[in-house]
Amino acid sequence: MSKNPLMRTWNWIDNRIGYSDYIVPLMVHLVPDSARWWYIFGSATLCAFMVQVFTGVCLAMAYVPGGEKTYESLVYITNTAPLGNLLRGMHYYGASAMVMLAVIHMIQVYMHATYKYPREMNWMSGVVLLFVVLGMAFTGQLLRWDANGVWSVTVAAEMAGRTPIIGPTIAHFIMGGETVGGSTITRFFAMHVFIMPAIIFAGIGLHMLLIMRHGISEMPDANDPVDPETYKEKYEERIHKTGVPFWPDAMWRDMIFSTIIVGIILGCSLFLGPPTLDPPPNPSSINANPLPDWYFLWYFAVLSLLPPKLETWVILGVPILGFLGLFFLPMISNKGHRAPSKRPWAGGTVIFGSVAFLVLTIYGYKKPWSPDFGVKELPASVVGTDQGPLMEGAKLMHIKGCLYCHDISGYGGHRGPELTEIGKLLTRDDLIIRINNGGHNMPAFASSISSDELHLIVDFLLTRGVDQDQPILNGDSP
Amino acid sequence: MNSDQPTNETPCCQQQQRRTFLARLSIALSAVIGVIIALPGIGFVLAPVFRKPKQKWRKVGKLDDFKVGGFVLVQYEDSSSVPWAGITAKEGAWIRRASETEFIAFSINCRHLGCPVRWVDDPRLFMCPCHGGVYYEDGTVAAGPPPEPLQRLNVRINNGQVEIESGPTPLTLTKIT
Ligand code: FES
Repeated sequence: MSKNPLMRTWNWIDNRIGYSDYIVPLMVHLVPDSARWWYIFGSATLCAFMVQVFTGVCLAMAYVPGGEKTYESLVYITNTAPLGNLLRGMHYYGASAMVMLAVIHMIQVYMHATYKYPREMNWMSGVVLLFVVLGMAFTGQLLRWDANGVWSVTVAAEMAGRTPIIGPTIAHFIMGGETVGGSTITRFFAMHVFIMPAIIFAGIGLHMLLIMRHGISEMPDANDPVDPETYKEKYEERIHKTGVPFWPDAMWRDMIFSTIIVGIILGCSLFLGPPTLDPPPNPSSINANPLPDWYFLWYFAVLSLLPPKLETWVILGVPILGFLGLFFLPMISNKGHRAPSKRPWAGGTVIFGSVAFLVLTIYGYKKPWSPDFGVKELPASVVGTDQGPLMEGAKLMHIKGCLYCHDISGYGGHRGPELTEIGKLLTRDDLIIRINNGGHNMPAFASSISSDELHLIVDFLLTRGVDQDQPILNGDSP
Repeated sequence: MNSDQPTNETPCCQQQQRRTFLARLSIALSAVIGVIIALPGIGFVLAPVFRKPKQKWRKVGKLDDFKVGGFVLVQYEDSSSVPWAGITAKEGAWIRRASETEFIAFSINCRHLGCPVRWVDDPRLFMCPCHGGVYYEDGTVAAGPPPEPLQRLNVRINNGQVEIESGPTPLTLTKIT
């Protein structure tokens, strides 16, 4: 028995709680030496989760989930509470980090086919965790209870409402009633702080338990495909020969990477700050432009690009099939090659998925999805004169909303085709027909425009791209 | 165990039966406890789903406030708000006095995915900021992805007050054919 009183106290505690008996063996369990830097993403995801739990609990001490008080409390947290701005920022960037790391971790596991025998359930629990994390990200966006939050929940309810038969039930369940309002925010709060975190805690517990049970996988060997008959014995044999204790031989890498991640989260929060709050959450205010957070923007882009007929199927199909496909993946293939070099389809899938995600996200940010309500009038320099019928036509282009969608020499929206050179391309009659009847994605203006106005607009458009000095012909121009 | 020793077998099997009984009892009681805890909770959480949609007439202004012409945005309290809703209990509608006696009102929700549409007076169109849905002044779709016209709301004139019937947010449903 040690003489040192500190040591004696520790021994007493250790004897009662069993730290040396239970925790130490877990810490020093043998892991393959080949893993190295590939395996840092899982622990970093866990670390980002811890950032979320801690900052989230702190924020919850000032956050009021109800009506306009919610918005006020957010304004208070952001502007008044000491370090509130920093905490909100960390919670926001922590969410991004967690989503990103979870996906990268999954891609790594997929590329190395670690989900094969005997680790099928490791993967399945991970897929459930991923979807709950996405759920956390989504409900979190709505807890930022400003105009964008309110309208995002409306959109989500509408999407769920498309489910055949039970759609309205789900939508009303999500909204906590028939409209978005007070009971919606309290519902989302309960989901975000109680239900989903509980699932995540339980999921992480299971995920870790399975890791301990089956051991961390080795780097794939192209000459040694997985055979469920022999895999376990071989693994045990190898790990006893070449394995290293997790603590500290492998864990130091996790610690370095996690430190970097937490540093980045803190840095972003310090230098970029939390997302700005939109106007208050008034469901009757129309001045909102709902856009999802970046990780869902690709989906937003997909929905906007689809032909309406397919839309409902994609809205419902992507999440459900995505989940089922991923979840049952190890059931479809749980043996055979693990090395990426032997699984070209796996590599192709990841590359295709990443490129699609990137392209759609960029598209989501760039594309004007809607009419641009804030466009300016065309200046005289573009019109070519500051008075007369030409200028009147140009003014009407603005008044009648043509410029919301059409761009002329850099002025106007981009939803519709550019009209800078339209005078060269279309005849007077073509233009009249198009404006009156609309078509494709353009409304018909016949009922909202007088014949005088129409002619002023057409006269103006016919000058676009045409040499201004030449007289403008009436009737059929070439 | 063999039949030569009946004296030993009896206590053994009694023991066994007792264990089976106790195991079943425990499982059954766990289920009872679970049901007692869960049912009120589930009922509480699901209640909004089964509530009958409420419709209520809401005043949106005096008759004289409305001029014959384009649409104006009106705000009123939604029909099923909770006491703590505050500003989030508001609902909006576009209303137009078409003639001295006739009013037309539309819900502000786009029928594509529910974003708030804006009335633009000069081209006489509703435009949606989300995916470019456009509607004519009669609510029919002019362009973009919306599959259905804007939802009409009932309007009435009551003692010189204009009233709108507020109700659930319109959902675009998948039709089963
Ligand atoms: S919600 Fe209006 S166009 Fe999509």
